[in-house]
Amino acid sequence: MSWFDKIVPKVVRSEGRKNASSVPEGLWINCPKCSSVLYGPELDKNLKVCPKCDHYMRLTARLRLDTFLDEGSREEFTQEVEPIDRLKFKDIKKYKDRLSAAQKDTGEKDALVVMRGELKGMPVVAVAFEFKFMGGSMGYAVGERFTRAANRALEEGIPLVCFSATGGARMQEALISLMQMAKTSAVIERMKQKGLPYISVMTDPVYGGVSASLALLGDINAAEPGSRAGFAGPNIIEQTIRQKLPKGFQRAEFLLEHGAIDMIIERKDMRDTLARLLAKMTGRSPVERESAVPEQPAA
Amino acid sequence: MIHLSPFLAYGLTTAYVTTTTAVDVKMNLNYLSFEQDIAKFEGQIAELKLASTDQDVDISDEINSLKQKLKKETESIYKNLTPWQVVQVARHPQRPYTSDYIKLMVDDWDELHGDRHFGDDAAIIGGIGRINGRSVMIIGEEKGRTVTEKVSRNFGMPRPEGYRKALRLMEMAERFQLPIITLIDTPGAYPGIDSEERGISEAIAQNLAVMSRLRTPIICTVIGEGSSGGALAIGVGDHLNMLQYSTYFVISPEGCANIIWKTVEKAPLAAEAMGVTSSKLEDLGIIDETIPEPLGGAHRDPAMMAEALKERLSKQLDELCAVDTEQLLAKRYERLMSYGNE
Repeated sequence: MSWFDKIVPKVVRSEGRKNASSVPEGLWINCPKCSSVLYGPELDKNLKVCPKCDHYMRLTARLRLDTFLDEGSREEFTQEVEPIDRLKFKDIKKYKDRLSAAQKDTGEKDALVVMRGELKGMPVVAVAFEFKFMGGSMGYAVGERFTRAANRALEEGIPLVCFSATGGARMQEALISLMQMAKTSAVIERMKQKGLPYISVMTDPVYGGVSASLALLGDINAAEPGSRAGFAGPNIIEQTIRQKLPKGFQRAEFLLEHGAIDMIIERKDMRDTLARLLAKMTGRSPVERESAVPEQPAA
Repeated sequence: MIHLSPFLAYGLTTAYVTTTTAVDVKMNLNYLSFEQDIAKFEGQIAELKLASTDQDVDISDEINSLKQKLKKETESIYKNLTPWQVVQVARHPQRPYTSDYIKLMVDDWDELHGDRHFGDDAAIIGGIGRINGRSVMIIGEEKGRTVTEKVSRNFGMPRPEGYRKALRLMEMAERFQLPIITLIDTPGAYPGIDSEERGISEAIAQNLAVMSRLRTPIICTVIGEGSSGGALAIGVGDHLNMLQYSTYFVISPEGCANIIWKTVEKAPLAAEAMGVTSSKLEDLGIIDETIPEPLGGAHRDPAMMAEALKERLSKQLDELCAVDTEQLLAKRYERLMSYGNE
């Protein structure tokens, strides 16, 4: 191997070659904010936070739960709940086709992944929204999975943690989606009555019907730095009031300032902070445990 | 979820300015685009009536025959309304509003104001009154009739303090064992900076959570436009009614069309796809009951509409007040949990 080959990454050398498929996809990632070229596995180890500029990239629902729960404690459930096209909704595409495409794209059946596991040895139910699945929108399956997650927490008398990332209620299920807001809020209220902690962590973005139901009903509401959350999207507000919105509007820092959330939690501190909070709220003691190592992209 | 500006939403039907209330006007002069034939007959009848006062000729036969034709025409138009046309009727500027129903069907009314934290939101009216002698808490969204009133009521788009006033009053109703009646009619919760600053999402979410367990009967009726979370925020209860030509949607047809087709002009298609009418929502098991409207819509006879609503509400109140509270709550919860199940 020549000195040149040693210092120039293979990906650069192979440029222009007809068969570039030997380069694993997603190995090098451009930070969308500072454009730094980042090495995929390193970025994963950093929980998808750009080491150069601190920009938060979105985690998949699965990676979120894998990095949150203790290694070896995770048990997924509610997979039996699948989306139903009750309205036979069709616009320029059939809802059924949009669902299949999203399923193929994400490997998920719908936009919520539910697991029972442990956080530093303390049992919890944790759910995470998959934003890539139709914008993390909530229809029947998401509402039902969330409700079953809360019911499991109620049965076992353990806390519920939700990581949301969503555009809101799913319009292809129309009023059935709207009613999931009432349904999830009702089951959260039941947890409240039973004195079981519910922690809602908003990750970029959280809007519409999810924001106006399960995402803001936490005993503790938290958000990742810089994440956007609100009821109406910025475009809609601008159209309505015909004014430019102030800088930082609807960002986590704005939410904290206006009293909507208790705290902003950095991604690297998520496990420690939530474990500390839950330990105090439930009277349990956390133990030293590691989360699952982030999945490495296929080489 | 997306709410279009009400200016845009109303602009799509017809621009109306009116200074009379629906209660005062029996036969109004505002016609929707698909009501042109109704307008024609009503115009002819009015002309004939005017002519008959001038001359000594008896044209009552003529008028009666025109009235027959008018009735037939109205029936045939209203029998086959498309979902989009229903949305237009639901938003009709002469349609009776919450304040009209309060005047027409509630006795002994006392309005109560304020959320005790920030202010009073005129987009939601709340207070105690009597329906057939029974004390009830009434909470309703109000769009406002005149231009000034529309502005002061923010076109029926509540801010957080509106929903928090509603919650305060509903919790008060629970303490005094008053059944709650809500009247839904809003283009949506207000999408504005102040609304977001004061936590519109939390205000809506809190209402959903608390209404699921309030220990008093709750009857919700969509009287006009039930738009999304802003409607649901006073819409969780034991019995859900929709007036025949009211509409209820997760996103306005214009908003849906804007997202999918990138133009509000496809709103009729969006309305069709989402199933925004009472009949469709009754089929889906979302609502319990459709309350029939007078021929040609509630705005053609507000008094008759209010009478019909009062009669239904009285009956529902009798039934729900007779149910044991634990049973009532169990059923309400079970119903909430069932949404979307096959």
